[in-house]
Amino acid sequence: MGRYVARRLLQMIPVFIGTTLLIFLMVYALPGDPVRGLFGDKGGSPQVIAALRHEYGLDQPILVQYWNYMKDMILHADFGTQIASGRPVTDVLGDAFPVTIRLASLAFLIELVVGIALGVVAGMRAGRLTDNVALLISLLLISVPVFVLGFILKVVFAFELNWLPPNVNDSTNYKELLMPAVVLASASLAYVTRLTRTSVAENLRADYIRTAIAKGLPKRRVVGVHLMRNSLIPVITYLGTDIGALMGGAVVTEGLFNIQGIGGTIYQSITRREGTTLVGLVTILVLVYLLANLLVDLLYAVLDPRIRYA
Amino acid sequence: MRGAKSAKWVAIAAVVALSATACGGGSSDSGNDSKAAIDPNGKFSIEVGEPQNPLQPANTMESNGSIVTKALFTGLVDYDASGKIVMMNAQSVDSKDNKTFTVKLKPGWKFHDGTPVTAESYVKAWNWAAVPANKQTNSFWFSDIKGYSDVAPEKGKAKATEMSGLKVVDDSTFTITLNNPLPYFVYKLGYEVFSPLPESFYKDPKAAGEKPVGNGPYKFVSWNHKKSIEVVRNDDYQGPNKAKNGGVVFKNYTNLETAYEDLKSGNVDVLRQLAPKDLPVYKTDLGDRAVDQSYSAIQSIAVAYYTKQWKDIDPKVIQGLSMAIDRNTITKTVLQGTREPATGWVAKGVLGYQPNAAGDVTTYNPTKAKALIKEGGGVPGNKISIQFNADGGHKEWVEAVCNSITKAVGVACTGDSKADFQADLNARDAHEVKSLYRSGWVLDYPFIANFIRDLFGTHSDGNQGGFSSKEIDTLIAQADAAPSLEASEKLYQQVEKALPNYMPSIPLWYYKVNAGYSEKVSGVKYAQDGDPILTGVQVKK
Repeated sequence: MGRYVARRLLQMIPVFIGTTLLIFLMVYALPGDPVRGLFGDKGGSPQVIAALRHEYGLDQPILVQYWNYMKDMILHADFGTQIASGRPVTDVLGDAFPVTIRLASLAFLIELVVGIALGVVAGMRAGRLTDNVALLISLLLISVPVFVLGFILKVVFAFELNWLPPNVNDSTNYKELLMPAVVLASASLAYVTRLTRTSVAENLRADYIRTAIAKGLPKRRVVGVHLMRNSLIPVITYLGTDIGALMGGAVVTEGLFNIQGIGGTIYQSITRREGTTLVGLVTILVLVYLLANLLVDLLYAVLDPRIRYA
Repeated sequence: MRGAKSAKWVAIAAVVALSATACGGGSSDSGNDSKAAIDPNGKFSIEVGEPQNPLQPANTMESNGSIVTKALFTGLVDYDASGKIVMMNAQSVDSKDNKTFTVKLKPGWKFHDGTPVTAESYVKAWNWAAVPANKQTNSFWFSDIKGYSDVAPEKGKAKATEMSGLKVVDDSTFTITLNNPLPYFVYKLGYEVFSPLPESFYKDPKAAGEKPVGNGPYKFVSWNHKKSIEVVRNDDYQGPNKAKNGGVVFKNYTNLETAYEDLKSGNVDVLRQLAPKDLPVYKTDLGDRAVDQSYSAIQSIAVAYYTKQWKDIDPKVIQGLSMAIDRNTITKTVLQGTREPATGWVAKGVLGYQPNAAGDVTTYNPTKAKALIKEGGGVPGNKISIQFNADGGHKEWVEAVCNSITKAVGVACTGDSKADFQADLNARDAHEVKSLYRSGWVLDYPFIANFIRDLFGTHSDGNQGGFSSKEIDTLIAQADAAPSLEASEKLYQQVEKALPNYMPSIPLWYYKVNAGYSEKVSGVKYAQDGDPILTGVQVKK
C-alpha cells in the first residue's frame, strides 16, 4: 500500500512538469503581449514597456522564463507576479480558491446526495414509473445547457418567487451560493444518477445479494451495505474526476452569477496573456486532479477488499 | 483610458458569448420621483470591474481603475460639460507664451493624511511618474515637459531623474516649461495623471497603490480585491465638487448582465453600461431612471496605409467607401440606437466640435459613392476587409457595414476577425492589417487636438495605420503654434475641414452611454468620458 502510494506520487512529477510546460508554451504561442496590452490603442512609452518587460523577464527566451518560473515556484512557493496589478499570484490565487472551493464543495455535496439517492431509488425499481421519471429528469439536466438552466432558475426563484438573491454578492453566504451550486451540480448529478442506477440494477441480480436476502438480513442492511458498497465503484471513479471539473470548469456558472472564482480568473488571464497567473492556477488544478484520482484508487480497496495494491 | 474601454468591451463579449437567450424578468415600475428626502450621509454603490493596476494616479489607464482614482484625487483643473476648463486645486494657470506656465495653488488644501498639498506635491509626483524605472503606464503624458527626454531617453541611460521644465517657486507656486509652445496644455492637466502625491507615497509606492492617500472628494477606506472598494466623503475637501453623498462602494461585477439584474433587485445603485441583451428592455424596466446620453468617443474604420492596396490611393476612393455606408440604418437596427451617426472626426462635447465637419462624405449616397470610386481609379482588387476583435461585440456591425458597402458600390467586403483585443492590437502594431481596421477612440481631454493631432499626425502614438501627409502635419504644427487657445481651436477646426481631402479614416458613429440607476439615488449625471459623476449623486432616505 505504502509503496503503491509512493509510486503514484512519483508518477505525478513528470505529469506536473509536462502540463506546466505545455501551458507555458501555449500562452507564449498566442499572439499578443501582456505588457503591450496594458496600453490599449495608444502606444505607450517604449521605455516603460521595456522596463516592465525586463522586470517580468519577458525579454528572455521562453525556456529560460520557464526554468526561472519553476525554480521560484518549487523552491520558494513563489508563483510570480501579476503583470497588470503587480500583485503576487499567490494572493490572486488566495482570493479565488476559497470561493471556488466553497462553490465546488456545495455542488459536490448536492450531486453526491441527490445523485446517489435518485440513482438507488431508480435502480431498485428498474423499469417502473419511478425509474422512468428519474431517467427523464437526468436526461433533461444533461441536455439543457448550463446557462439556460441558470437563467430559468434565476427567473423563477429570484425574480418571480423572490426566495433567493439572483447573484452572489458575498461569497461566504451559502444561501447566495445555493443556486449557482445547483446549476453547477446539475449535469454531473445526472451522470451520477445514471451510473448509480445501472450499477444498482445490475448488482441487484447478483448472487451475493440473493444470498444476503436468503440469510434473512434486513432490507436496510442488504441495500445499505452489500448493494451500495459494490455499486459505488464506477460512481466514485466518476466523482473523483469531477472534482477537478467542478473547480476549473465553472467559468460559465461563475460568470452567470458573478462569482469571482477560479474559472473567471483563468478566463481573464488568458485574455490578458498573463502566463504566470494562468500556469499557477492550472498547476494547482492539476495537483487537485492528481490527488483526487489517487484518492479514488485508494477508495477502491476500501470498497472492494478483493482489490489489493502492492 | 482607451485600453480602458476595451476592458468593458471584453466584458460585453463574454456576455454575448454566454447569453443566447434573452429574458426580461422583473417588474417594470416606473419610478415616481416625488421629492423624497435626501440623506446627505447616505452611501451608494456602483458597478465596476476589478482595477487592472495598483491605484496610482499615473498608472491607471483603464476605466475600472480610473473611476476610483478620480474619486480619490483632484488635480489642478477639470472640465465642465461643454468642454470648458474649471479650476480645481489651481487658483490660476497662466502663461504669456504658451510655453512656460505658472501654476498657483489654492490655499488650505490637504491630503487625506492631513499633510498640506504644496507645489512640491505636484512637481515631485510628476518627476517620479516620468522615471521609466517606476513603470507608470501613463508616463508618456509628461513628454511635453522640458527635460522629459533626459529622464526617459529613448536609448541609453537616463541623464537626470527630474525634469528640468518643472520648478518650484514657493509653497503654492510652480512653473512648467514645455519643449514647444502648446496653447491647450492646460487641457492636458485635467487628466488624472497630473495628480499630486503625498510625501508618504514615496516610502512604499506599492503599498500606496493598494491604499491610496489622495486629496480628492473621497477618502479611501478599503479594497477587498475582486469584491469591492469603499470610499467615504472627505469632509475637509476644499474643491467646488464636494460630495453630496456619504460615500461610494465600488462593487465588482464580472459581467454587465448580472449587474443589471442586481440593479433591478436593489443590490447595486448605479451602472456605467448595459449588456446588449438588456438594451431592448431597459427603458421600459427603468422608466426615467434609464440613461441614454452621448459621450465623447468615436468609432471609425481606419485605413492601413502601409499596405499595397492603399499606399498610393486616391482619397476619392475612400470617400466613396464612406458614402457607401448607411450609418443611419445601421445605428438604428444593428446597434439598437446605442450609437449616433458621425458627421466628422471629432466627437461631441469636445471643445472645437463642429457639426457636419465632414460635409457630405458621411452621408449615405450610393450613386455618388460609385462615381467617386470610379473617378479615383477603383478599389485595388475590388475587395476590402475590415479587421476587428471578436471579443468586443463588433462582429454584427462590421458585417452590416460590409453589406452596405457591397450593396451600394459592388466592392466585395469581408470581416477579418481576430480572436481577441490582444491579437487585434498585435496585428496593428506589427503592421499586419490586410486592408482596413476598426478603431475606437475615447477622449483624454476635451480639446479638438486630442481627436486630430493624436490620431493623424505622422508620428502620433494613436496613428497606427501609417497615415502620413505633409500638408496635415504642417497644419497641425501651425495650430499647435497658435498664440492662444481660441486661435488654436480655429486652426484645428480648419484641419478637420481639410480631412475629407485626405481621408485618414472613415468616421462611423459616436458612442452613447446606455445605463441606469436605482430608486435609491437621484441626481445621477454622466461626464464626457462616459463615467457617472460620483460627487453629484444624492441618496434618498
